[in-house]
Amino acid sequence: MDYEVVIGLEVHAELSTKTKIYCSCSTEFGGEPNTHCCPVCTGMPGALPVLNKKVVEYAVKAGLAMNCEIAKDSKQDRKNYFYPDLPKAYQISQFDLPLCYKGHLDINVDGIEKTIGITRIHIEEDAGKLNHDEYGGEALVDLNRACVPLIEIVSEPDMRSAQEAKAYVEKIKSILEYLEVSDCKMQEGSLRADVNLSIRKKGETKFGTRTETKNLNSFKAIVRSIEFEIDRQIKAVEKGEEIVQETRRWDDDRGIGYAMRGKEDAHDYRYFPEPDLSLIKLTDEYINNLRNSLPELPESRKQRYIKDFELPEYDANIITASKKLADLFDEAVKTSKNPKSISNWIMGDLTRMMSENNVEDVPFTGTDLAKLVGLIDNGKISSAIAKKVFEDMFANGKDPEKIVEEKGMLQISDEGAIKEIVMKVLENNPQSIADFKAGKDKALGFLVGQAMKESKGKANPQMLNKMFLDELNK
Amino acid sequence: MNISKDELKHIADLSNLYFTEEELEKYAKDMSSIVEFANQLNDVDTTNVELTTSILGEYNVFREDEVKPSFKREELLKNAPEQQDGMFKIPKVIGG
Repeated sequence: MDYEVVIGLEVHAELSTKTKIYCSCSTEFGGEPNTHCCPVCTGMPGALPVLNKKVVEYAVKAGLAMNCEIAKDSKQDRKNYFYPDLPKAYQISQFDLPLCYKGHLDINVDGIEKTIGITRIHIEEDAGKLNHDEYGGEALVDLNRACVPLIEIVSEPDMRSAQEAKAYVEKIKSILEYLEVSDCKMQEGSLRADVNLSIRKKGETKFGTRTETKNLNSFKAIVRSIEFEIDRQIKAVEKGEEIVQETRRWDDDRGIGYAMRGKEDAHDYRYFPEPDLSLIKLTDEYINNLRNSLPELPESRKQRYIKDFELPEYDANIITASKKLADLFDEAVKTSKNPKSISNWIMGDLTRMMSENNVEDVPFTGTDLAKLVGLIDNGKISSAIAKKVFEDMFANGKDPEKIVEEKGMLQISDEGAIKEIVMKVLENNPQSIADFKAGKDKALGFLVGQAMKESKGKANPQMLNKMFLDELNK
Repeated sequence: MNISKDELKHIADLSNLYFTEEELEKYAKDMSSIVEFANQLNDVDTTNVELTTSILGEYNVFREDEVKPSFKREELLKNAPEQQDGMFKIPKVIGG
């Protein structure tokens, strides 16, 4: 039996305002527990919220960049539920009149373009953090994050695979980064997704019963939890079981999803208008001003890279997906004549090392990367040495020219020195000489390799090659 | 408008309130008459009245995005029944 997967996402992004959504406490991450708090964000009786102007601005910018309609009249509502990280026992959110609605984003998976509908984007407050006491089993509540502004971006159930869901979240992340309205640090929980997923038989038009897996905070977790849930639902249906509508959690360490215990009617949130906050009324002028202030977004930057720097579309796609990488590229090509090489370093070693080391910020500047490429292009260092320099730059953020100088890594291009190495290697490898003369071309490669080893990777490989040939053909 | 005992129990559960059988019976009746009282509003002709989303009559009451000093932690934790490491200490959480 063939099944179709139906996925809708709710993406939460913390806005990078200086202060919280309803009070003037700092939103800074990682402070001592409960030091960025006041009566408003700890839910003391009688405290009154006042909306942060910037929150509206950032949310509207996000809405415009995601092709949404912007509501001229919008209101905030209380969403009621009990949980210890929510001190007021209600979350201020938006119910029937969100700030932005009816948008869409285009994604590209394996070369196929697809439009994903965005139902709405609304503003709301984040909850606090529960720290679980290892010994007593009690929980400790830190409310620094309580009241930090969030936007929730709700998609239509338009995605059909884990890869589409991933591409959609990547697109949101890059747009929010370009707009500079969220730092999108997934490890710090600034960007997280809830996945609504159901399956149905191919050709069926009615949706199946869906489950919601909450709080996925990495692309890996999004993809793996979706694959897990698809597999679980298909197996259940094949066994003739009913899918139960439920809220689920994902355990990334163990690679399994599980249903959350608790009453399902907790979903009865009894929304009602927040009486302590005024309506939000936006004028055409306000909206148009923000529209005109939007920065260059990933799509147009991609086109610019293809046109101005002749990057392949593939490269342009990958680099512009991350504002940090695109900014690095822009800075590097200011002083480099080799955009393609810059692009290769970014897409290859840099992205790999960032993901291996769980680093979200590029540890060196674009100018440094341009210098590194310059060193290779001018024959000052070999590409083997360049990898080592790059690792040093990555670890210490140092200037590549200084690294090369300090560690004496300059490429040996002096004819005499090269000759010395060649002669030594030939002397030690008579068998290779014989092999070469017998027509085994591979022997040359071996000899060059030995010479590189002898020179600790510093000898100019083209010169080595040429000199070996000259000597062998004498 | 009649609020059944089951409906009342549901609402009570959502509000973390627990009633005895007799109380449920009594409050279901009280609740029914409260809703009935409020329902009188439905008899008012509102044909030409704009949809009311707020009774404040005010809009765009905003704050600038400027950090102001937060409260002293001791002050905020003063009324907490229990605390540890500068945090509110609460019983074990189930179903998180």
